[in-house]
Amino acid sequence: MTKHEKAKAFDLARREADEPSSPVVRFGAEAPLKLVSGAVLAPWQCAYQTYGTLNADRSNAILICHALTGDQHVANSHPVTGKPGWWQTMVGPGRPLDTDRFFIICANVLGGCMGTTGPSSTNPATGKPWGLDLPVVTIHDMVDAQARLIDHLGIDTLFAVAGGSMGGMQVLQWASSYPERVFAALPIAAAARHSAQNIAFGEVGRQAVMADPEWRGGHYLEAGTRPEKGLAVARMGAHITYLSEAALHSKFGRRFQNRSAPGFHFDADFQVESYLRHQGLSFVERFDANSYLYVTRAMDYFDLAADHGGVLARAFRGSKTRFCVISFTSDWLFPTSESRQIVKALNAAAASVSFVEIETDKGHDAFLLDVPELTTTVRGFLDAAAKARGLKVAS
Amino acid sequence: MTSLDRPAADIATAAPAKPSNGTHGARVDLLTVAGMIAPGARVLDVGCGDGALLRLLAETRGADARGIEISREGVAASMAKGLAVIQGDADTDLADYPDDAFDYVVLSQTLQAMRRPRWVIEQMLRIGRRGIVSFPNFGHWRIRAHLLLRGQMPVTENLPDSWYDTPNIHFCTIRDFVELVHELDAEMEKAVALDRYGRPVRVDVPWWFWNLFGEQGVFLLHRRG
Repeated sequence: MTKHEKAKAFDLARREADEPSSPVVRFGAEAPLKLVSGAVLAPWQCAYQTYGTLNADRSNAILICHALTGDQHVANSHPVTGKPGWWQTMVGPGRPLDTDRFFIICANVLGGCMGTTGPSSTNPATGKPWGLDLPVVTIHDMVDAQARLIDHLGIDTLFAVAGGSMGGMQVLQWASSYPERVFAALPIAAAARHSAQNIAFGEVGRQAVMADPEWRGGHYLEAGTRPEKGLAVARMGAHITYLSEAALHSKFGRRFQNRSAPGFHFDADFQVESYLRHQGLSFVERFDANSYLYVTRAMDYFDLAADHGGVLARAFRGSKTRFCVISFTSDWLFPTSESRQIVKALNAAAASVSFVEIETDKGHDAFLLDVPELTTTVRGFLDAAAKARGLKVAS
Repeated sequence: MTSLDRPAADIATAAPAKPSNGTHGARVDLLTVAGMIAPGARVLDVGCGDGALLRLLAETRGADARGIEISREGVAASMAKGLAVIQGDADTDLADYPDDAFDYVVLSQTLQAMRRPRWVIEQMLRIGRRGIVSFPNFGHWRIRAHLLLRGQMPVTENLPDSWYDTPNIHFCTIRDFVELVHELDAEMEKAVALDRYGRPVRVDVPWWFWNLFGEQGVFLLHRRG
């Protein structure tokens, strides 16, 4: 990418933070968002994307919650990168989240950088980007913000809420905060709390961002720069945790890049190095460094049981929601044991729950990839739930 | 006369000879189990396979039925039918369920595949107010004859696997099971033996007759006290 192209991408990303190319709801001073920290956000905004048509009785809406570095562009080309939507394997006509039958909604999370209020949005009080002056947000706050969007769209009960990883955390929070508004819930590769190991990984990423001199105490946007190197390193580290040794090995092994013997230098000699560098570089093009700090922090603070006296089952007491919990055998970031904790709590709460562990070597990222068993499970669960809800099932 | 000499006083009514509407094709042992369950009950089916019994219970008894199944294929097949099924191992996972979580816990043709059948029955009586167990009777005369005359592990319609690749590791006879029930201090509310055609064996016969001529036993249990 040339310097010019890069500058153009940065301008585009900068614009998306305030004036997204997707629909956006602006909440004024009269509609503040109260955060868990006690801070109040007003005015604020929520950018979102929809696919399909809302039916007459407004009963076919599915909310998709995106993961850490995702956004609302689930099944359309990305306005900054031009790449396909991040869940196009799952969302579309005839896909499990069938846009011919369901009205699909996905909002950019609070703290994000694609049009929902986040650190790169303009702080109305100063006219400058929020930076670290934005109050710290939690998963709970993200879900409250989404609930306000759903209110705005005139939808009372969501047919389903679905998401993987951080999106799965939001699904659990939705089911806990708004049980009567969620008919079916699909937390995939998720956990009811962020583990110490994951907090540790998050901290390494944040330190990489903050160690970049271009970070400038979080005020890089005013200076017209970005801590690209630090953010790229953070992404490279995180990306390893999304894969598995088996996946990395089968993809790259110990193969060299463009040669058959070691080059005895510190350029990207191995294919896996060059792959990670590419992942890091393409990430900085579309994602804001401060947003990375905010959303990883939100995950760290997530502990649904702690909000209910340490008993996770209490988070789901009396729930009528139908749950479908899915984990992957090779996911070591959100291992199956974490999903089993959720299932155990749902059992203890007498909730309707299905659980399946899908065998794959693709690691945590499996929820984003074309894994046939995932597609089949989600389709089966949603079709059955649609029948139970009385939605018309496609023949 | 010990309680082993004759069937429990309250014997289950016979299973329907012909499948009724909506249950066409359902196995008679499943119909027998379903017949023991009160309408609208909360039921956990342990080792639910592809969900055939769960579906039968939901459709004919209006039950709030859930399942545990160890195989991914079984879980996927059940979920596609809209049933709530958890992939897991009953030999360990039953410990996670709270006391009295269900009205009925069912072990339909799965007891013999458990590593810890006694523990599993204890758990089912803790989790459920009532337990229903159905299993192939290893005391049936054909099995006895097979062993006696041919000196080989029997392969029958109900037990189609060879000894080396069978999932069944703990066979018992009706008589063995009844003894275990007494040991666990549980009460037998209903008991049915089914012959090789899935028909109920006559009820006015002693246990030894059931143990010889019943190919399957179906028992409804509950805790004492």
